[in-house]
Amino acid sequence: MNDMNHSRRDIQLPVIHPSGTAHDAVACEASAHPGPEFWRSLDELAGTPEFEEYLHREFPDNASEWMDPVGRRQFLKLMGASLSLAGLASCTRQPTEKIVPYVQPPEQIVPGKPLFYATAMPRGGLGFPVTAESHMGRPIKIEGNEIHPASLGATDAFAQASILQLYDPDRSRTVTRVGQISTWTEFLGALALELEEQRGLEPKGRGLRLLTGPVSSPTLTAHIQTLLKQFPGARWHQYDPTGPDNAVVGAKMAFGEHEPLQAIYAFDKAEVVVSLDGDFLCSGPYAVRYARDFMAGRRVYANNGRMNRLYVAESFLSSTGAAADHRLKMRPPDIPRLARLVAQHLNMGIEAPANATDEQEARWVAAVARDLQAHRGASVVLAGESQPPAVHALACAINEALGNVGKTVSYIRPAAPMPVDGMQSLRELAADMKAGQVTMLVILGCNPVYDAPADLGFRELLADTQSKVKFRVHWGLYADETAEYCHWHIPAAHYLESWGDIRAYDGTVTILQPLIAPLYGGKTDLEVVAAMLGMGNQSAYDLVREHWRTAGLSGNFEPAWERALHDGLIHGTASPLLTPKVRPELVQDLRREWEAGSTPRAATQEAGESSAAQGGLTILFRPDPTIWDGQFANNAWLQELPKPLTKLTWDNAAMMSPATAGKLGLANEDTVELKYRGRTVNAPVWVVPGHADECVTVHLGYGRRRAGRVGTGIGFNAYLLRTTEAPWFDAGLEIRKLDGKYRLASTQHHHSLQGRHNIRATDLEEYRRHPDFAQHMVHKPSADMTLYPQPSRDQSEYAWGMVVDLNSCVGCNACVVACQAENNVPVVGKEQVLVSREMHWLRVDRYYRGDDPDQPETYHQPMMCVHCEYAPCEVVCPVAATVHSSEGLNDMVYNRCVGTRYCSNNCPYKVRRFNFLRYNDWDSPVLKLLRNPDVTVRSRGVMEKCTYCVQRINAARQAAKLEDRSIRDGEIVTACQQACPTQAIVFGNINDPNSRVSKLKAEQLNYGVLEELNTRPRTTYLAKVWNSNADLVGKEPPGNFRPDKRAHAKEHGHGDSIETGKSEELKTEN
Amino acid sequence: MSQIFHPSTNTISKVTLLGAVFFLAALLWVFGVIVRSPYVTEANVVRQQPVPFSHKHHVAGLGIECRYCHTTVETSAFAGMPSTKTCMTCHSQIWVDAPILEPVRASYRTDQSIEWTRVNDLPDFAYFNHSIHVKKGIGCETCHGPVDDMALAWRANSLNMEWCLDCHRDPARYVRPRDKVFEIGYKPAEDQRVLGERLMKEYAIDTQRAVLMNCSTCHR
Repeated sequence: MNDMNHSRRDIQLPVIHPSGTAHDAVACEASAHPGPEFWRSLDELAGTPEFEEYLHREFPDNASEWMDPVGRRQFLKLMGASLSLAGLASCTRQPTEKIVPYVQPPEQIVPGKPLFYATAMPRGGLGFPVTAESHMGRPIKIEGNEIHPASLGATDAFAQASILQLYDPDRSRTVTRVGQISTWTEFLGALALELEEQRGLEPKGRGLRLLTGPVSSPTLTAHIQTLLKQFPGARWHQYDPTGPDNAVVGAKMAFGEHEPLQAIYAFDKAEVVVSLDGDFLCSGPYAVRYARDFMAGRRVYANNGRMNRLYVAESFLSSTGAAADHRLKMRPPDIPRLARLVAQHLNMGIEAPANATDEQEARWVAAVARDLQAHRGASVVLAGESQPPAVHALACAINEALGNVGKTVSYIRPAAPMPVDGMQSLRELAADMKAGQVTMLVILGCNPVYDAPADLGFRELLADTQSKVKFRVHWGLYADETAEYCHWHIPAAHYLESWGDIRAYDGTVTILQPLIAPLYGGKTDLEVVAAMLGMGNQSAYDLVREHWRTAGLSGNFEPAWERALHDGLIHGTASPLLTPKVRPELVQDLRREWEAGSTPRAATQEAGESSAAQGGLTILFRPDPTIWDGQFANNAWLQELPKPLTKLTWDNAAMMSPATAGKLGLANEDTVELKYRGRTVNAPVWVVPGHADECVTVHLGYGRRRAGRVGTGIGFNAYLLRTTEAPWFDAGLEIRKLDGKYRLASTQHHHSLQGRHNIRATDLEEYRRHPDFAQHMVHKPSADMTLYPQPSRDQSEYAWGMVVDLNSCVGCNACVVACQAENNVPVVGKEQVLVSREMHWLRVDRYYRGDDPDQPETYHQPMMCVHCEYAPCEVVCPVAATVHSSEGLNDMVYNRCVGTRYCSNNCPYKVRRFNFLRYNDWDSPVLKLLRNPDVTVRSRGVMEKCTYCVQRINAARQAAKLEDRSIRDGEIVTACQQACPTQAIVFGNINDPNSRVSKLKAEQLNYGVLEELNTRPRTTYLAKVWNSNADLVGKEPPGNFRPDKRAHAKEHGHGDSIETGKSEELKTEN
Repeated sequence: MSQIFHPSTNTISKVTLLGAVFFLAALLWVFGVIVRSPYVTEANVVRQQPVPFSHKHHVAGLGIECRYCHTTVETSAFAGMPSTKTCMTCHSQIWVDAPILEPVRASYRTDQSIEWTRVNDLPDFAYFNHSIHVKKGIGCETCHGPVDDMALAWRANSLNMEWCLDCHRDPARYVRPRDKVFEIGYKPAEDQRVLGERLMKEYAIDTQRAVLMNCSTCHR
């Protein structure tokens, strides 16, 4: 233990006063001294003294102190010795290196120049199209596919982090048989014997079951169909814990079609979007495209002042809810009632229950309905996956009634050719296993022991020593919880090592091509199924080619094949858009169902019943924003990625609203016991402003027992509470407070900008009156008010700058992971995140605004080094390790840095990251393959920060010079810019007045964060404009722009005058 | 009070203080010399290789140009190290039985690369790009010295940052016409200063020495 003189004080966040609601507590404090306008947590809003103290130091208490249990005297002895040796440091000779060329150089590979290959990342059975960058035969970075409709060049956080999964040291590396190392050949032998036995049964394969996730791969489906034909008694089950079952069932209810249908939306054509608990901007297989399309309608400065409008009714504050112009927080069981109200207002013949609609809700629905009516044919109403099928069916009906079908809403056949209700499918399998009918089970890529609903008892079914399932095979990337209970485990080939094919959400086929031979001899699922068909010696390459040769790659096969591989998609394979008609009986069916009081699946609490007692809480299950359903639990980048709204890392929590927490007497980091349907799980509490009351959300994907060294034992397992009857939400949750606190590593307070005007926002009406509102919110000093030498932009041909559009950013955090992948940014672990030492060069700050912690406005602001022209960090470095380049970059020279940390002290944006320890993994051989060779891998003791992807700038400059031309606008794309689904980040040359970035900087919405400090940042932001519905705006319009009446009287203030804006600033100074 | 210290203490203390200052300065100077010496920089130190490849024979003797083996010098940051196959393009037909070439043949046979000792090496935090230097008219021999004289390769210059900056501060002293980049033994036809200034304008070499002197140009 630490034997230093003072003990480590934990950072105590105060308990919300138990006698009142959190609202009261905040109100109390607020009246004593008005809190900051923008706040990141309730403590900041309340301005508690503990919070003030926390803020006082950039790195909170003891962050920079020696954390190892070494005494002070020992430390000084070591320092004394090393000081005397320090002088000899420069005498190290460079060790002799070897230079090892190829024996037979592969075609096309030029060492030092990357190659790019198009493939797709499978997730939930659907493919997300990616382009992978390969250096000398090693893929190191994932980008989007520019021509594929599902990506258009952008990616999400999962795709960016998938490269780490390829090189995960914890991946399984060998075929195992009951835990002992075996071989593929031995597996084939055992498999053949087992299948022979199955062939002897009547009907053939009666005991054989195949369990996979959803499958959209044409080749794999074809082979499985062949298998089922060979073994007519066998069954194929598909299960995805977060699968789109409700949407498919709902569409079936609505259209009655025998073939399943899924909705696909064209948000770029929509003027009004209403989402019922659907996080369409950030969750789901098509979210990247939806976000881009939706945000295209949000750029008020580019669309002639036109903006779309988003209404969201949801329970847990999601990124879509945060982006909503009007958000109504509702418990999930109440949302069907809301949908019925909307339908009622639209005169669709649906009645809503007469009681229990409060005034706010009634007003909301009326305004929404009016807005929808005013935008017939240009609106979208959609429901989230967690809502019961009836709501989905009703949404289909509403869209038809509004005339949206064929315009903003269309339907397609699902990309997975044989979609099933996954929950039902798994239930059937479990029943068969219990009845002893299953003798051979092959699990491809699923982890049912971990993520099947608790009431199925899957683990017991597999673990049962009397289990008749005497031959169990598991194929997966990791030897996980399910592999533990299977006889055979086959290591999977990662998608970057695989040949295969897959369909995206819209049906477009991508041929998967590998970028590297399987590192550990992994096999693809195609090869496993082929082995079951007796074709165990055929490679996936042959199988896929064979399939497409016969399935008709149009025209000549070879050129078509090459074309498909080159483009990353097969043209013309998108599912055709359909415009089916809703069954005329639907409305009657729904009405009958609701009037009878029977509630649709998964909504077990009648509307209007509020639960005052502790026993009446509703539990919500949601896939985790960064871990999803648990498959990424061992991905350190995703574990450390702060979740978009809660900013939690390395943990999940039981999340609830401030009001609910206040009522239950709970505060952040308290531990509670969650009891639901007789099962209990302990969890820490996290209070989320904007969360619906009387609900608790738990994120799935944590509490894993066998995920690998990173993911095992992190968080609590919410699957232990989940049941097949109510997989998304249910009433009947009881909470009991336990003793003790659980430290949660949240980054929401880290690197605070301390209440300055970094966010500028207003309403559309106000924006139309004052288009230059963003220019009048702070006093901007004149350019010559500085002692620094003024940089000349004429010195170089290029001056780099960046604009981040706050209107477009949804807070998905894809940029953060992209930056981490591109720049070899290390992961630090929970202990270090607790002391604010996370190393992300780019962070997305989340701010709330408003006095009511239950209904805040939410803002996302990506923050990275803004490359100040008058950089405060440059003048204080004693060794000139950070200097200004002639092109405007603030350079960071790692080899000069001695670790004074004065620069990060002086940086007002708090964007500099210090390697307090040697965070980068120097030892694992496989992780060396992952690193980007164009960027230095930093060791301990050096400062690092965003460099505007200087390696990309240099590469583009060199390429341009080699071709005797200038760098074109758009040629340099920073990693964050490339990943962003909504194109919120734009980078370019501000010396060129025609570049995109220059045009954006000329917009009146453009402002610099902390420009009142005269830092002259090169990264500026476009202020946020909300499109409020006049009927729903409260006393105060959204945003923080308040036109100064005095400024109105005289001219709109000049930026240089001292008087303008002064009153604004002083008011919020505390 | 009697004197504690002998009068000679005055002299001793003056000598000690001045001597200490002088000694520290001398120590720093010695360190500076050591760091620039071939012991540390390996300049002019002949390196042993698994196969005693003679540039002298191949370049001066046979007239093989640099780019035959170092193929990517005009397109990539890395100049390119010849693969075993490159060696075998000739040595499958000449000197096919020479014992000196056995490691090459063995490499080709067994598909194991030859592990050469790196002669011109920069630390990992310095990113050097060959293609841009070749494009802008810096000759191979300017940095790599008289390669056609090397029976076994050695590093001709220290390649430390001081040496790189010497050129970057005033490239006109070293620029040569592009068509002479791969020539060894080139002498400028006119005064190097005049030629250099002219070529710098023609090749659009950073006349304000802005980008050339940025840290991020080489350190990222």
